[in-house]
Amino acid sequence: MHNLDLTIADISKIEGKASCKIKAKDGKVEKVKFTIAEYKRYYTQAIRGKDIVALPQLTARICGTCSNAHLLCALKAVENAIGLVPSPQTVLLRKLLNYGLIIRDHALHLYVFVLPDLYNRDSILDFDEKNPSEHKLLDDTFAVKAAGNKLGKVVGGRSVHAPFLTVGGFIKIPSHQDLFNCILDLEAIRPKVLDLIEIFTEEDETLIRKDLDFAALSDSEYSFLYGDLIRTDGSRVPADHYGDFLEHVTVPYSHASGYKFGGNVYMVGALARLNLAKDKLHNKTIKTAAKYLELFPSKNIFHNNLAQAIEILHAIDSAIEIIEKIEIKNEKPISPVRKEGIGIGVIEAPRGALYYKLEIDNSGKVRKGQIVVPTGQNQIGIEGSIRQYLTENLDRVDSKEEIEQYVERIVRAYDPCMSCASHFLKFKWV
Amino acid sequence: MKKLKVGWFSFSCCEDSTIIFTEILNDYYRIWKEKVEFVSVGVLQKRSKIKDLDVAFVEGAITSEKQEKQLLNIRAESKKLVAIGACACVGMPSTQRNLFDEATKKEIENILIRFKYAEKVKKLSEVVTVDDQVPGCPMDENAFLQIINKYLNEFNIS
Repeated sequence: MHNLDLTIADISKIEGKASCKIKAKDGKVEKVKFTIAEYKRYYTQAIRGKDIVALPQLTARICGTCSNAHLLCALKAVENAIGLVPSPQTVLLRKLLNYGLIIRDHALHLYVFVLPDLYNRDSILDFDEKNPSEHKLLDDTFAVKAAGNKLGKVVGGRSVHAPFLTVGGFIKIPSHQDLFNCILDLEAIRPKVLDLIEIFTEEDETLIRKDLDFAALSDSEYSFLYGDLIRTDGSRVPADHYGDFLEHVTVPYSHASGYKFGGNVYMVGALARLNLAKDKLHNKTIKTAAKYLELFPSKNIFHNNLAQAIEILHAIDSAIEIIEKIEIKNEKPISPVRKEGIGIGVIEAPRGALYYKLEIDNSGKVRKGQIVVPTGQNQIGIEGSIRQYLTENLDRVDSKEEIEQYVERIVRAYDPCMSCASHFLKFKWV
Repeated sequence: MKKLKVGWFSFSCCEDSTIIFTEILNDYYRIWKEKVEFVSVGVLQKRSKIKDLDVAFVEGAITSEKQEKQLLNIRAESKKLVAIGACACVGMPSTQRNLFDEATKKEIENILIRFKYAEKVKKLSEVVTVDDQVPGCPMDENAFLQIINKYLNEFNIS
């Protein structure tokens, strides 16, 4: 296509609102503007003056999709600020809640948002129930999502904005029997997830980004919640220093801040995690998914989909192991002592590293806070990936529709979350 | 066979009720398949035709004139409009900027102007007539199921 003037006003099957404007003239790409179009709700300002116990449930409302990730990250930042060390049981239950989130959230993205692209359908709801393989995929969609959802409900009281979690522990402890009942569901979806891994290995697209860096947090068990920051060169830095590498970039046409990492365009999320820490996955996952793991490290941004499918398997295996070993005690949350301090929380949300820095005053109120979300960090990379695709394919593609469809697929591969991304202003930490 | 033509729309909010809706489909999609037509549901499909809807489910608060016009159009094209979740029903937490002090309002002023925000954030009933509400943050699942069943009956969908 020689000349192109394309506006994709409302990119579908993502979380929240985004758009893209593209202009090409005489076969050259002149403009690519990827815009996060979600209006801000000003959480950076709204959290000031809030009590440390109220804050995590408030910031969970930044995003319905990633709400429990915000909850867990805010709890970590608050507890670090006041020097509260949660009990081993609390840590295990938080990991379980997060594994439920990873299963449900990745499954929503892969089955509901992405899979229709692979089958040339507009929607998972268009799958033909009379076709056995498509009927099975619909079954799998609902079963895998439901298993993750149930784990979240059992541990947190609800899979969205989990009400049982609080500073210092849980206000209600799940019964061992309820947890144990989740194992049956988790074991039942394991073969379905293996099928999903095979589909994304065989059917997905390829877009190699050679100039892309990666950043992820990982510990020895790929828990998503703890560990050091790992950089592209394999070097490790304490997670508290994550903010030192973040470089704010104003994207004037977008409602969200962009970021570079150590001066470079980078990617966070499942692909980054697998590229940098695949050897830390659960042993059973490594064994079962060995041939697929050979594809990593990868610079194909569509492998973020495959990486998410493998992470569902890891979340299943890790959750089952915790449930089999955990001995539930009816312990109360540790009461927080309100005092002045600065706390940093970094975790791996489903879409990548989530960073909280909170300054607390001596009455336990938030003086100021900074929150950096995965989609903000991926924003510049998404636009760059669209530009690269156009540069490499403009002379080959004849229809606007094909370009529009592929651009949407690139955006979906990053699994962006616009609700998260759009709610922060540039923050200058003094 | 006649189906209930529904749309699901999100304005300023965290879209938690959308997530609950997608999880409800785990159990109800096949029950509703012959009864409900999803005409415009951005989280599930690209196609969208906001015309002659039976029921529009709307989550989120209204924070710009552009959103207000979109909501008025949805209202005009829908026989019934249901507010979904806290931000749509009562405004909070999306209306929190309405409560900022003057210094904080000054701090966000440039963004409000650059992206053409409205002076204040509104709950849905401040803009359009709302026929029903499903409260909660996120919405209450059982209350939503009751509303769906109510409209299946009201529109004679068997």
